[in-house]
Amino acid sequence: MQTVYGIVIDGIAYGMILFIISVGLSVTLGLMRVVNLAHGAFAMVAGYLASYAVQAMGVPYLVALLAVVALTVALALPLERLLYRRIYGSANELAQVLLTIGLTFVVVASVNYIFGPTLKRIPLPEFLTGTVDLGPKEIPAHRAFVIVVGVAALLGLWGLLERTDFGIRLRAAVENPEMAAALGIRTERLYAITFGLGVGLAALGGVLGAELLPLEPYYALRYIVLFLAVVAVGGAGSIFGSAAAALSLGIIDTAGKYLYPSFGEFFFYAAIMIILFRWPHGFFQGKSA
Amino acid sequence: MSPVLRTALFGTAVGLALMAGPALAATIKVGVIAPFSGPFATAGQTFKQAIEVYQAQHGKTVGGDTIEFVFKDLDQANPAQSKALAQELIVKEKVGYLAGFFFTPDALAVAPLIDEAKIPCVIFNAATSAITEKSPLYVRTSFTLWQASVPLADYVHKQGVKKVITAVSDYGPGIDGETAFKTTFEKAGGQVVDTIRMPLKSTDFAPFMQRIKDSGAEAIYAFLPAGPTTLAFAKAFNDTGLKAAGIKFFGPGDITQEPDLPALGDAALGIVTSFHYSQAHDSAMNKAFVAKHKELFGSTQTVTFTSVGAYDGTHLIYKMVEATGGKSDGAKAVDAIKNLSWESPRGPLKLDPASRTVIQTMYIRETVRGADGLINKEIAAIPDQPDYGYKGGK
Repeated sequence: MQTVYGIVIDGIAYGMILFIISVGLSVTLGLMRVVNLAHGAFAMVAGYLASYAVQAMGVPYLVALLAVVALTVALALPLERLLYRRIYGSANELAQVLLTIGLTFVVVASVNYIFGPTLKRIPLPEFLTGTVDLGPKEIPAHRAFVIVVGVAALLGLWGLLERTDFGIRLRAAVENPEMAAALGIRTERLYAITFGLGVGLAALGGVLGAELLPLEPYYALRYIVLFLAVVAVGGAGSIFGSAAAALSLGIIDTAGKYLYPSFGEFFFYAAIMIILFRWPHGFFQGKSA
Repeated sequence: MSPVLRTALFGTAVGLALMAGPALAATIKVGVIAPFSGPFATAGQTFKQAIEVYQAQHGKTVGGDTIEFVFKDLDQANPAQSKALAQELIVKEKVGYLAGFFFTPDALAVAPLIDEAKIPCVIFNAATSAITEKSPLYVRTSFTLWQASVPLADYVHKQGVKKVITAVSDYGPGIDGETAFKTTFEKAGGQVVDTIRMPLKSTDFAPFMQRIKDSGAEAIYAFLPAGPTTLAFAKAFNDTGLKAAGIKFFGPGDITQEPDLPALGDAALGIVTSFHYSQAHDSAMNKAFVAKHKELFGSTQTVTFTSVGAYDGTHLIYKMVEATGGKSDGAKAVDAIKNLSWESPRGPLKLDPASRTVIQTMYIRETVRGADGLINKEIAAIPDQPDYGYKGGK
């Protein structure tokens, strides 16, 4: 029983980290239908900025977290205006892949040049180190923090997309851009804001996830499969789907590694195959948010 | 005979005479194959810098011959590409020696080429024992996992630890390390309660930590390739309370290599490793080596085990050139350095005539906070350790 409890707790903690680092991609890929392979690059840039801010400038962790998210969005918005805006729409899928993977290579090379190839870390503040006691099981304080932030992000996004005018307009603009524009919705501005939201979430994930996915210049390419897997299993465009996918993959992976470590990543990928076989469009495809 | 033809013939004759003549102050080229771009670029960089340090200290000529290094980039383990690069170096560049090799498969791939071209190959890093069995022209100045793990297992046992669990990355060197540790530790009378092999691409180590905790082991022996996975593993070890629970952390020194120490931070404190080189090694020669590096490149953050591998490898190439008087004779060159003893920044070295891997002192080190950041402090020295894994482990 204790083993099961331990696996579930560790699995939820891992799943929530997967959710935090993938939810931004769920917004750009899922809602905006842009195959943004540069998602990891934005997350990585944010991580490096946070590392620099905390280590070299001595900015407190939480301040750095918020400032870096804002800064990364500010850096990405000109890219949206100059590059991404040209490739919106499902007719441009190949262009999207080529542009965003190219952008990723540029970011990888730049980060390697500026910060060097060695690992960087984001030192945690006192209150996030150590462990939190959950009855028979202790989990790292940092993971508990990620779970809290993950739940907040989940509820916040759900509220934003389902319960506000912004959400209604966005969904309209995604479903039928011409009709939405004809009705007076400023789709370009809407897309820019949503893109910013996706990048902001990528940045949040990059900084919070750095404990699990350490920062190095190849971060952007190394983990993109992980991000895509979560979004694919969750169903493009579904925030709850992403959360469900991240949590189930997290628990399955943790259970597999604990019980049968020699099988390696087998259970993770087997679960993806089975889920996609049963639900080819992911858990929640078709249902909004 | 037309004048043009005569000139051409004369030119060719002179050219041939020059090529075939005895080594008249020739340039001897050494081809270095290593990662200079991509995720492992630091390794290639340390090779190149160490060679430059050696040449700055000892000059670029041996007995009138100039030694010139030609670098070829191989960004990841890719045996086919390694072979192609070696062929290009041998045929086009006419190198007299091959050197470098960070990954085992890349080193193994060139065995038929060096045999055919009869040129020595000096391995600066690749650490799987079996490599030097594949050709008599391989020489290795790094270490093997057996070499690091056997003395460590003895040391752990002498510390009074009875029950150990091993956790290694599931690939060649990891399995070498696990086998070497388990065999030695059990022979000494200890017990290995469980052996965990973790996928190379693991990102989350919490489930393994739970397994380690549940196993009731007093200590772990861990090996992962240097880089992001090691960092995540060491962090998980701290964060899940294993360190606080008093479980001791042992492993080969790759896991606390100098370039990674700043990122590992306090997570590295207290890890005990066995390895052949620490930047903090206390000897006049090492101080001179590190100082020269600092003078040439400004920082010493990257000076690590791959640096001394290349430094000593360069030394052997110089000795081989000296022994053959600059002539190309691979077998004679390698024979000349078998049994060679010399002093290295890491300590005393001797080339084992059988395995052609260096016999060296293994240092037990603990990661502690020094004057400028974390260092691997040597706490014990176990001299004259051969490659225990040669011919499948004795």
